[in-house]
Amino acid sequence: MNKIVSKEYFSENVVKLVVEAPLIARSRKPGNFVIVRTGEKGERIPLTIANADTGTGTITLVVQTTGTSTRKLCALNPGENITDVVGPLGKPTHIEKFGTVVCAGGGVGVAPLLPIVEALHKIGNRVIVVLAARTKNLIILEQQMRDLADEVIIMTDDGSYGTKGLVTNGVESVIQREKVDFCVTIGPAIMMKFVSLLTKKYNIPTIASLNTIMVDGTGMCGACRVTVGGKTKFVCVDGPEFDAHEVNFDEMLMRLGAYKDIQ
Amino acid sequence: MIDIMKKEDIVSARRAEPWREALRKSMKSKDRTAIERVKMNELDPVYRSHTRLEEVNQGLTKEQAMREAQRCLDCANPTCMTGCPVGINIPSFIKNIERGEFLEAAKILKETNALPAVCGRVCPQEKQCESQCIHLKMGKPAVAIGYLERFAADYERESGQMSSPEVAPSNGIKVAVAGSGPSGLSFAGEMAKRGYDVTVYEALHEIGGVLKYGIPEFRLPNKIVDVEIDGLRKLGVKFVTDTIIGRTLSYDDLHILGYKGIFVGSGAGFPNFMNIPGENLIGVMSSNEYLTRVNLMDAANPETDTPVQKGKFVAVIGGGNTAMDSVRTALRLGAKRAMIVYRRSEAEMPARLEEVKHAKEEGVEFMTLHNPIEYIGDGKGRVQKMLLQKMELGEPDASGRRRPIPIEGAVETIDVDEVIVSVGVSPNSLIPTTFSGLEISKHGTIVVEEDTNRSALHDVFAGGDIVRGGATVILAMGDGRKAAFAMDNQFMNRNN
Repeated sequence: MNKIVSKEYFSENVVKLVVEAPLIARSRKPGNFVIVRTGEKGERIPLTIANADTGTGTITLVVQTTGTSTRKLCALNPGENITDVVGPLGKPTHIEKFGTVVCAGGGVGVAPLLPIVEALHKIGNRVIVVLAARTKNLIILEQQMRDLADEVIIMTDDGSYGTKGLVTNGVESVIQREKVDFCVTIGPAIMMKFVSLLTKKYNIPTIASLNTIMVDGTGMCGACRVTVGGKTKFVCVDGPEFDAHEVNFDEMLMRLGAYKDIQ
Repeated sequence: MIDIMKKEDIVSARRAEPWREALRKSMKSKDRTAIERVKMNELDPVYRSHTRLEEVNQGLTKEQAMREAQRCLDCANPTCMTGCPVGINIPSFIKNIERGEFLEAAKILKETNALPAVCGRVCPQEKQCESQCIHLKMGKPAVAIGYLERFAADYERESGQMSSPEVAPSNGIKVAVAGSGPSGLSFAGEMAKRGYDVTVYEALHEIGGVLKYGIPEFRLPNKIVDVEIDGLRKLGVKFVTDTIIGRTLSYDDLHILGYKGIFVGSGAGFPNFMNIPGENLIGVMSSNEYLTRVNLMDAANPETDTPVQKGKFVAVIGGGNTAMDSVRTALRLGAKRAMIVYRRSEAEMPARLEEVKHAKEEGVEFMTLHNPIEYIGDGKGRVQKMLLQKMELGEPDASGRRRPIPIEGAVETIDVDEVIVSVGVSPNSLIPTTFSGLEISKHGTIVVEEDTNRSALHDVFAGGDIVRGGATVILAMGDGRKAAFAMDNQFMNRNN
């Protein structure tokens, strides 16, 4: 049982939860995720850790309500408990000094991007963040990103904020303007696919953090398998981050729909 | 050596008790051997193949158990015991059943076995104790030791008079266990009895490991496992869920927390796939995933949030117990056609004979000498067909079984909407890759000394599938027990 310390709505469907988990707060690294279960009849779902505070012994999760399980989790209020939180899982992000790094985030993928941006910046990279959303009020964590990154570019589909266009337009504008050495992308699978296609065109090494269906999160079930470089990999233990140019995003998108008809 | 001597003394001392002698003499051996082996009471196959939770084997009645117990000749040199990895005093518990002292029989089981009601159900007795029974040498079926074990354990539980083994006074030494499956539970029980302060850490949200996520309710009800776990709690064992050793807590963390010894029973975590085309289509999954959804997450219950696909035409690839569990689960979830696809013949199948028999009675089709070579999707990414290569048996291979060889050109196409791949597991790498100083084999298992189960890190012992790669509940329990003896000896500076 892990107590919710605070809760904040980023938008109607996106909630930030700060959760008591002192052991995970201490041992997590950027890129790690947790498995969360809400209620005794709840499902186990993976959520990337957005932040942690070893002083207060808490971790931050940013959750978008997309189905039954995320709705139940987001309905919990401060003082209430999440039935199970287990982690940290997955391999941490490989952080090194690349030079100039573009971090492209969409949807709730922006949240797990935050600690990566922080770590990349700290080690001396020039970090340019591209945040994308359908419309202005779906842009999250903008100020936190501005505090950590060298530059933040906002893209909205409808042009209600920042520049009108897709995340790829934002990334490409940077590539055309200056030399980009590395790219990190986290967001919906379809977004990561197009960012990956773009950076492949420019030969910029890119990693994507994949959020697939999981059950145990420790390598036991294989529900999370993806094809990377022609080989089957388990996102939970081999990832969640992979060389984006090697990921078969079409297969991943297909597999994400496995239980659409059942749920 | 000390422990073995003690055990032999206890066995012969108990055999010499007056009531035992009288009981032996009360019936002639030839009358005992003339009794026919008891048949397990089972649910009707048609009924049970549609009931998800009811246990297939219904256990023996008192009368059946006492009659079967008479078959045991109470040998002076009980060879059956050499076949038991946890060293149960088999004749002693059986003779107590014969004289109607069922609670006493259960007490004897618990002296050396932390989970008798579990072992009485899932242990492959025909390969262990029963394979060494004297009756076999006379061309008769072995005494049904497994059924009797289950009877005594069930009788005790249902009587409400559960006994607890004696616990030595606390010695204040803290030991940690990684994983709450059979090897970890067995280790925990043995150490608690010796006065250690034992904490078992489990990565999942439920205690029991494979007993909970793997073995279905119709073969091993969860409530039976829970009662046995409660028995360990009564011995003072503490359980912590949602904690991954190697991740949530590192090797160093465990030392900071004061643990002086660690037992690793983290199991065979990773499911193997065959790496054939179409294996990542929707509807193709590992038996671990399928069984975890159904057993641990109770996904077939409409009240739970976890989904599970309920295929109508289900193929399970493999011939082991996990394959049988999967295919029988598929039937219970409503499959019209449930098939076992196995590349060798039935004679080479690793599954227990009882499992194969039950599966056949329930209507499972056995497609032996068939091997999948490709899965084909429906255009939306869902599996629709499988291509099976027909095989024939050639010369024996490294495993001693005849090697299956493809028959050229003989390929069959079969409609399926769900495929469950059950072709074995590989060791979970979480601990092997995070405890530095362990010796790891090329298969990813932790290397241990054979007689102690001690790893290259001298305060870390290991057992079960993380050492064996993929074995049975009882072998895992035997490892846990052996490691407990050895760790205790190490702490007490015996044999050094």
